[in-house]
Amino acid sequence: MNPFTLHTGPMLLSKGFIAESIEILQEYWPMFLNGAKDTIVIALIGTIFGVLIGLLVGVIRTIPVPEYSSKVRKIGMKIVNTLLSVYVEVFRGTPMIVQAMVIFYGAAFAGWYMDKFYAALFVVSLNTGAYMAEIVRGGILSVDQGQFEAAHSIGMTHPKTMLYIIMPQVLRNILPSIGNEFVINIKDTSVLNVISVTELYYQSKSIATQNFMYFQVFLITCVIYFIMTFTVTRLLLLLERWMEGSKTYTIVGSFSDPKSVFKVNEK
Amino acid sequence: MNTVVEVKHIKKNFGSNEVLRDVNFSVNEGEVVCIIGSSGSGKSTLLRCINMLETPTSGSIFYKGEDIRKSGMKRAEYCAKLGMVFQQFNLFENLTALENCMIGQTKVLKRSKEEAEANAMKYLSMVGMDAYINARPKQLSGGQKQRVAIARALSMNPDAILFDEPTSALDPEMVGEVLIVMRELAKSGLTMIVVTHEMAFARDVADRVVFMDAGVIAEEGKPEQLFKDPQNPRTKEFLRRYLQEM
Repeated sequence: MNPFTLHTGPMLLSKGFIAESIEILQEYWPMFLNGAKDTIVIALIGTIFGVLIGLLVGVIRTIPVPEYSSKVRKIGMKIVNTLLSVYVEVFRGTPMIVQAMVIFYGAAFAGWYMDKFYAALFVVSLNTGAYMAEIVRGGILSVDQGQFEAAHSIGMTHPKTMLYIIMPQVLRNILPSIGNEFVINIKDTSVLNVISVTELYYQSKSIATQNFMYFQVFLITCVIYFIMTFTVTRLLLLLERWMEGSKTYTIVGSFSDPKSVFKVNEK
Repeated sequence: MNTVVEVKHIKKNFGSNEVLRDVNFSVNEGEVVCIIGSSGSGKSTLLRCINMLETPTSGSIFYKGEDIRKSGMKRAEYCAKLGMVFQQFNLFENLTALENCMIGQTKVLKRSKEEAEANAMKYLSMVGMDAYINARPKQLSGGQKQRVAIARALSMNPDAILFDEPTSALDPEMVGEVLIVMRELAKSGLTMIVVTHEMAFARDVADRVVFMDAGVIAEEGKPEQLFKDPQNPRTKEFLRRYLQEM
């Protein structure tokens, strides 16, 4: 049934393209499903850890080092910042497919045989973390300096300012970028097939090598990827709207506020 | 009289630009001091040095008679004792009007939520913003924002409040509502340092007016004296320009 050896095209003569696709689905759906599950799980957990790494790195890289701080602190911060830039630059500057190979086989070379699934999570998290670190840093820098000053003026230290005032604003502003990373990760986990992670692309390839219907199989794969990314972008849009909060507010004392008390200002 | 804050021999350079050149300044409990002067004279920088938003290049700051560097008082702790009202309001964008007035109380002063809310409500109604406690900064007008910002500063029960040109970013019709609140506060005995271009406010409300010019205090005195009979030629020049406009 190899399509390259048959000139008349048995597929055109046979049951037809749609019927074949349905048959493939009927026969191989557990493999597609497992692949899709692995893909979404790796992408989701990788994105979550990536965001956490990014938040941490971004926050550390924006710790102010004023002139009056001690020499030890200045040098310490410099070392930490240099290490973090190296991490960000290396992971942003190399392809994830190569990172997967280096980390997985590098660990094996050192005598540590990593579980493929965990290796995948590790690679995706570190990769996402590097991108997120820059997104978070940009998000922090874009918050108006006045917000920091106002927080300091009511006695907040830098950590408190970040926790209660700055980061809530940053998170809301970078939510679209987080969504973007998630969508990218759903697609880019496909490169993890090089270390035999049983995600959707790997499963599809296995199916196609069994029945040789590459086009039909990968068209199904294509649709599954799209359903996953499209669902995720829709869900993120809802989350964004929810975080945006209500566009209106109730004036206390107005009739629309159930807790309202109507009072006359006696002044 | 007890001084709340005093700065001695304060200098501040931004690069090679000397913004403050040896300024001595103090404010007593219950006193309302207005700082006037043309743009770039160092008024705002002085205010920002007083509450340490800027670190002075040299000089010392005394809080209730004690050098804050020697008394081991933490910077944040000192900042909490002085309120600040900014030209650009700087309300926390992620919080409602009420939360803006509570967060410092709960997270810095460690007051209970109930206590913080009651206190915040007291000051929000004082500035006439108690109906808008659920609004976010984006939903308020400039004058409303500034009144919430004043309530936020008051909610911390500071020893003094510093006002950095509180009406300069407002539309003319909103200046009044903020000045009314500030006049009330001055009457209530609050210690205030006000950097302002509102000469009528300075004349009517201040106990003392300070005129700054080119990084130094050129002249200071009671408002009636300073406005009617300025001694320094620079003060005369500045006031003449202003009074012409008025």
